[in-house]
Amino acid sequence: MKEMGIRFILMVNKQGQTRLAQYYEWLTLEERRALEGEIVRKCLARNEQQCSFVEHRNYKIVYRRYASLFFLVGVENDENELAILEFIHLLVETMDRHFGNVCELDIMFHLEKAHFMLEEMVMNGSIVETSKANILSPIQLMEKAS
Amino acid sequence: MSGPSLMDSLFQRSLEDLIKGLRQQLIGEQAFISKSLEEIRNEIKSTDLSTKSTALLKVSYLSNLHFHDMSFAAFPALEVLSSPRFSHKKIAYHAISLSFHDSTPVLLLITNHLRKDLNSTNEFVVRLSLQCLSRIANVDLARDLTPELFTLLSSNKLYVRKRAIDVVLRVFEKYPDSVRVCFKCLVENLENSDPQILSAVVGVFSELVCKDPRSYLPLAPEFYKILVDSKSNWVSIKVLKIFSKLAPLEPSLSEYESSVRFAVGKVREFLVDEDPNLKYLGLQALRIVAEKHLWAVSENKEVVIKSLSDADPNIKIELLRLVMAMILGSILSTCSRNLYEIIVDFDWYVSLLGEMSRIPHCQMGDEIENQLIDIGLRVKDVRPELVRIARDLLIDPALLGNSFLHGVLSAATWASGEYVDFSRNPLELMEALLQPRTSLLPSSIRAIYIQSAFKVLVFCLHTCFMRGESIAPSASLDNLPAGVSAYASYESFDDFSVENGADATVVHGQTHEAMMWKYKRAQNLLGFVDLTKPEVLNSSIQEKKDSEGKGVETSKIIKLMHYAFSKELGSVSLSAQVNVSVPYGLMLKENLSDLEMICGDIEPSSSNSFSFGNPNEEKDGLSFSSLQINEDSEQPHESTSLLAVHRKRHGLYYLPSGKSEIISNDYPPANDPTKTDHSKPRPVVLKLDEVNEKPVAMKQPDPRDNSLLGAVRDVLFGSEDIPPTSSQSNLSNSSKRKGKEKQHTDPRVESKESAVGDGNSSSRRRKTIVKVKREDIEVQGRKMTRKEKTLFRKKKGTVVVGINHDKEPRSL
Repeated sequence: MKEMGIRFILMVNKQGQTRLAQYYEWLTLEERRALEGEIVRKCLARNEQQCSFVEHRNYKIVYRRYASLFFLVGVENDENELAILEFIHLLVETMDRHFGNVCELDIMFHLEKAHFMLEEMVMNGSIVETSKANILSPIQLMEKAS
Repeated sequence: MSGPSLMDSLFQRSLEDLIKGLRQQLIGEQAFISKSLEEIRNEIKSTDLSTKSTALLKVSYLSNLHFHDMSFAAFPALEVLSSPRFSHKKIAYHAISLSFHDSTPVLLLITNHLRKDLNSTNEFVVRLSLQCLSRIANVDLARDLTPELFTLLSSNKLYVRKRAIDVVLRVFEKYPDSVRVCFKCLVENLENSDPQILSAVVGVFSELVCKDPRSYLPLAPEFYKILVDSKSNWVSIKVLKIFSKLAPLEPSLSEYESSVRFAVGKVREFLVDEDPNLKYLGLQALRIVAEKHLWAVSENKEVVIKSLSDADPNIKIELLRLVMAMILGSILSTCSRNLYEIIVDFDWYVSLLGEMSRIPHCQMGDEIENQLIDIGLRVKDVRPELVRIARDLLIDPALLGNSFLHGVLSAATWASGEYVDFSRNPLELMEALLQPRTSLLPSSIRAIYIQSAFKVLVFCLHTCFMRGESIAPSASLDNLPAGVSAYASYESFDDFSVENGADATVVHGQTHEAMMWKYKRAQNLLGFVDLTKPEVLNSSIQEKKDSEGKGVETSKIIKLMHYAFSKELGSVSLSAQVNVSVPYGLMLKENLSDLEMICGDIEPSSSNSFSFGNPNEEKDGLSFSSLQINEDSEQPHESTSLLAVHRKRHGLYYLPSGKSEIISNDYPPANDPTKTDHSKPRPVVLKLDEVNEKPVAMKQPDPRDNSLLGAVRDVLFGSEDIPPTSSQSNLSNSSKRKGKEKQHTDPRVESKESAVGDGNSSSRRRKTIVKVKREDIEVQGRKMTRKEKTLFRKKKGTVVVGINHDKEPRSL
């Protein structure tokens, strides 16, 4: 199967607990557990001066820390790293606008909303929407409808 | 365990309660989770849809974050899905997207739900179902829902259309036939003015282009317009990605030199920046550039060295890789300068080349390949060593997966086929050439493999017949049909049928010609095997030492084949054509239109019956016309069983996956006293060409020159009224050139005698020799299949001399 640009998106706190996991390829539960363990260990051990790109197996991971939460995105080797960093920032800004000063708890208690937001932005492993207004309006409308 | 009050609760706990409860657990988290799971299992069986959906929500949460299996919730999810309430549908689709995959048993049942929801008037429902489809689509779903998707692509609602476009890519992948239905719509959307739609469509194309760039070349003007007009960075990035795939195919699209300069300038800015991200990327970019443009690195030397002391280990690794690539490159270029004048011990050098190709991340594959072949041709004495190195490379199945090494492997194969008489164990070579993992190689390389296998086989048979033994060949002959028919059978056929039938857009990247070659060669080999096998086996049974009766014919065939293969074809010099005087009475017409009158009614025979033997072997006198070769329709799983057998036999070569990357530092040292014999004189290096030649410069592409064909045309026919030569068909059809090379040709060559123009390539029926005049002729990304039976020889500084031979099969 052809490789997707983005393979997975994870949000992990400083203690290593996963707060959100979105996979764009199927992995069994065991594989996910192992993968998340490895990656989290690698990324959390790095300090501020090191660059945000980590090579892992045959793909790479772009990550950034926002307050107590690490955002990790696993991408194919030929993906544009700086674009992914921008994407992570966009994600945070979007959640911020929706939840109002988003923090880890917001994500924990409104996980499906976070998933929805992500689904608006990324489809099939590629970034499809980058305008915050366009991302949030369907979500707000849907909430009114249901 | 939480307080007892929860257990007494009559109301179902919501997700919020669950989470809160979880957070309150300090040590007993696992127990709490198992208890909750039990509750969920009970709740999910309830008939009330709301209860079910809450349970579903909870289990999705647990599964996603705590890795608990939720397959028991699959069917209930479908039940919730059928609810008319939007909130239920939301939850159900969420659960399904998270947990369904190709082997979920109830996946089949979802088709109808999806279809209903895709056709719904509520655009949010449509959105949900599209979202779900993009996550879980498999072949069946893609096929069944293509019509609905097609309707949605032209929907009025902007939002829906956008989502549909996004899903389309995944559906295409899973079910390529949907391309036919949806593609036109997609292209129409390219002209849509809405930025959202535009960015969606561009996104889809940027992924499609990666697979098969050539088919999308006609759309380049539209993409360019979008690039110029778009204000969004993201869209620009995607369009640039498209162009980066298209550019190598259409040189007019890029101005190479100046953009490289500009890029290097930017890279320099990166390297001096404080941000470690930029430094890392700068180094990476420099490494990619360094292969062809060493000047870029030398300009930035100090900055690069400074990175060595950087705190980030990633940056250090990148730097080391860069340095390694540079070292390899300079080694190769220095050693090959001026016909290898500095090398005394070629055995050592050849083994060095072999080692180099094994280094991980080695990007010098093309250069190594060129040198291997070059040395093999010029230096007779090193051929045994060359064959040994080649054998080492061919045996290792791990190398087959590395796409950088394809060139090197093809050189190794050619060398081992050509000089098989130096090999110590030809049967092992045969096994290596036919191993199942060779299916990973592109067709053009596999064609070379097949041809070499042919040569090895002939050699083996010949030696055995000479010695009167008859046991060994039968073993290899048994393996051969399995190995070779795996090449020639279903895969080739499938490729052909898809090419002929459907759109070429979503099909494999391999060129038609390459597959054609592979196919043809395989047929040849199979034919030979079919012919000789019965007699060989018979003689092994009856142990006939004399060659009487049927045995005579077979041994004659084998002898002749061996003779044909063992003749070393010298390379043809530039001035060869000049020396051949035109025989009296022969009129070289510029086009063969007359021939058309005579032969126009002859149809080329069907592809099933290939003539055996190449036109160069007319001396044989034997014609094996119209060999009917049965196409086995091999099942795909045959190749995996072959692989298993091969693994068993050659276990030690299949290392466990996940090899760590080790940069090997153990090159055999130069002038190693234990290896070299100082008293051995330096082997003779053949010049192969009497004409003065300029040393070939490093590869530099010239984008102005469109193709070798155009250049040849210009050169040979300076005046416009002369029709183009057949050289274009020669060079494009029967050979391809690797890499980008400057071609220098003999200045004395005159054009008046040069070409026999065949205006009509399809009616060609004879050979033509074409010269190329002195000019800097660039070739862009064309590959040359190296077959000794075609008289294309490429050597440094010499010209390409083409012998055209027929593309259509004909019976002799």
